[in-house]
Amino acid sequence: MSNSVLDLKDVRLSLTGKQLLEIDCSVGPGEILTVMGPSGSGKSSLLAYIAGFLAPVFESSGSVLVNGVDICSLAAENRRIGLLFQDPLLFPHLSVAGNLRFAMLSNAKQKSQAISEGLNDIGLAGFDDRDPGTLSGGQASRIALLRLLLSGPNAVLLDEPFSKLDTQLREETRTLVFDKLRASGLPTILVTHDQADAEQAGGEIRTLL
Amino acid sequence: MLRWASHSLIFLLAAPILLGTFIASLPAFGYFPPLGSSDFSVEAWRKLFDVPGLTRSVLISLISGVLTPLISLTLVFLYLASATGSKLDLWIRRLVSPLLSFPHAAAAFGLAFLIAPSGLFSRIISSGLTGWERPPDILIVNDTWGLSLLFGLIVKEVPFLLLMSLAALPQLQPRYRIEVARTLGYRPTIAWLKVIAPSLYPLVRLPVIAVIVFASATVDVALILGPTLPPTLSVRVLSWFNDPDLNLRFLAAAGSLLQLVVSLIAVAIWLVLEKLVGLLWRFWLAAGNRNTGESLAFVIGRGAMPTVLMVIAGSLLALLTNAFAGPWRFPSAAPSSWTIQHWANSLSDLSAPLFNTVLISVSSTLLALILVAATLESERQSGKGKSTVMWLLYLPLLIPQIVFLFGIIVLTEFAGWQANLSLVIFGHLLFVLPYVFLSFSEAYRQLDPRWTQVASTLGASQLKSFWQIRIPLLLAPILTALAIGMAISISLFLPTQLLGAGRITTITTEAVALTSGASRNLISVWAIVQLSLPIVGFMMALFIPKFIWRNRSGMIDTR
Repeated sequence: MSNSVLDLKDVRLSLTGKQLLEIDCSVGPGEILTVMGPSGSGKSSLLAYIAGFLAPVFESSGSVLVNGVDICSLAAENRRIGLLFQDPLLFPHLSVAGNLRFAMLSNAKQKSQAISEGLNDIGLAGFDDRDPGTLSGGQASRIALLRLLLSGPNAVLLDEPFSKLDTQLREETRTLVFDKLRASGLPTILVTHDQADAEQAGGEIRTLL
Repeated sequence: MLRWASHSLIFLLAAPILLGTFIASLPAFGYFPPLGSSDFSVEAWRKLFDVPGLTRSVLISLISGVLTPLISLTLVFLYLASATGSKLDLWIRRLVSPLLSFPHAAAAFGLAFLIAPSGLFSRIISSGLTGWERPPDILIVNDTWGLSLLFGLIVKEVPFLLLMSLAALPQLQPRYRIEVARTLGYRPTIAWLKVIAPSLYPLVRLPVIAVIVFASATVDVALILGPTLPPTLSVRVLSWFNDPDLNLRFLAAAGSLLQLVVSLIAVAIWLVLEKLVGLLWRFWLAAGNRNTGESLAFVIGRGAMPTVLMVIAGSLLALLTNAFAGPWRFPSAAPSSWTIQHWANSLSDLSAPLFNTVLISVSSTLLALILVAATLESERQSGKGKSTVMWLLYLPLLIPQIVFLFGIIVLTEFAGWQANLSLVIFGHLLFVLPYVFLSFSEAYRQLDPRWTQVASTLGASQLKSFWQIRIPLLLAPILTALAIGMAISISLFLPTQLLGAGRITTITTEAVALTSGASRNLISVWAIVQLSLPIVGFMMALFIPKFIWRNRSGMIDTR
């Protein structure tokens, strides 16, 4: 259990002098805040800003606090903010276990055991040595989630992670992802177009203009 | 650290070349303390202009400098206009990269053995057509006006300009433009020439200028195919430079400066031609002809590329038959018997130059790759996009080799350094760098940025994601860049010859040295060894990723 809190304080993003968005919110442990808005409203830029790789052409103000500590001056790799993209983005040159191992802290103990247990937990026991290129879309999404969880983040960002799955799979994957994130007590921000995503997330919904 | 790498890349390229060009001019004006001369004078220039046949040497260099790009580019453009999208085109696109790796010297030897009066071509037609009993008494190879030199350069530069054009084309969205023109009633070939060619030319202008400089100043191709009485300016400069009489150094220096001027004049003539053609094109565009001239353009365009391919294939065949030929009387199309004697005889002589060739090409290419990768990674991390000073990368291709190499030698002589292997490797690095950069930068910049982003959200440092994610994902382009760099290094003659002071021999320098006096059979053996080395490199670049990623189906898409 993580019990972290993610706060966005007076965050404003602008591009060439024109303001894109402003947001001020607090996401508690296990809560999922949904951010909705049309394309071009800056949803993805908001996630890039929090994760630490906003392109230098953007101007930003405000602060991002994890458990009260401002992380804005940290490099992306030191922020401990997990991110799920639209695509699972499993590294194609590593096996499933290689992908998971890459995410784990170097001093983590009994990596292999943690990996087998994790795979078992998401219904993919024995997938350790599989080539990620041979997985189905749903399987790859689940591995991507497990990889994120094994990296031990303090907060999670979801960038329309279900938009490329078909309806049936979408339902299942969404349930699994939300359950796991709630169970680990991670504060989460979800960016989506899909009303159903927002409803199932069950948290506060913010709409950008 | 990374910044340092990108700055040193620029410095490594620009400093020796600009400084070398400047230093080369000192002995030309009489200043050369190592030979005990520290007074400025124009003596060397007076001597240079008294050299018999100088005007002709200069003229031949100028002619090949202007005609090579003119004819090659015309053929490439007509080909693209008439064949884009055809079956022939698919086939040729696959062949163009391997063709490019055919070293200049080997290609020139092959061509010489194909078209010489007693060459393969004349032997084949003699049997039925001409009834020649003896080789015709005409000067084809080494002809006085450098026509065979011009022919050899065109055969070599057409694939180069084709590859450069193919790389630039996609950003023009040619299919869409052609469709628009065709709906306006233009025939496809005319449409290409009217709506694609004017936008494509500016994108291939720099490579074209590199071709002008190369063609006006080449040494190895001119030694093999060029005229001998008198030879081209570049060849004469090299012979003055190599002369045991050290006083000829001053003449060589003045000659190399003259070479720079000649290459610049060739470029200037080109720029004037460019203006004229641009003007004509505007009239032609405005005239609105929709099909006039299409059939001529079509025939030349479709005919050119297969002809070039057949000449290259014929050259290869000429090398292969000569390398294994036993006794071979003139009119017969094939030798009366085959032998491996020529190979057995060369084996002991091959080993040392082969070792040097591999050592020099591997080390210069690896150094180049490290510098290029560090530069690209620093560019990526700074997030500022392409650096504007990158045109400096083309410097080694835009200034005649003999000029700045000569300057670098003068510099080392001032410093009292001896010619050695590291100097040769450094010289190769100058020429390998631009090609490694050109080949690797596209792949590096196009790699999906999300791979690194995912890695950092998982807590991986920049260093860790560089080594564990970017490098393995880019393995195939890395190996291709290495193969290209090594192919360039293997084909280099002048840097090895000059910076190694003739003491460091590679397959290429030895093969070119055989020009005077050795048998065709022996030369063919060396030329085949020279052209096989790059092929080995390209094969490895193709098969190593296939082997390593045999269980990683996703690695086929990311290439």
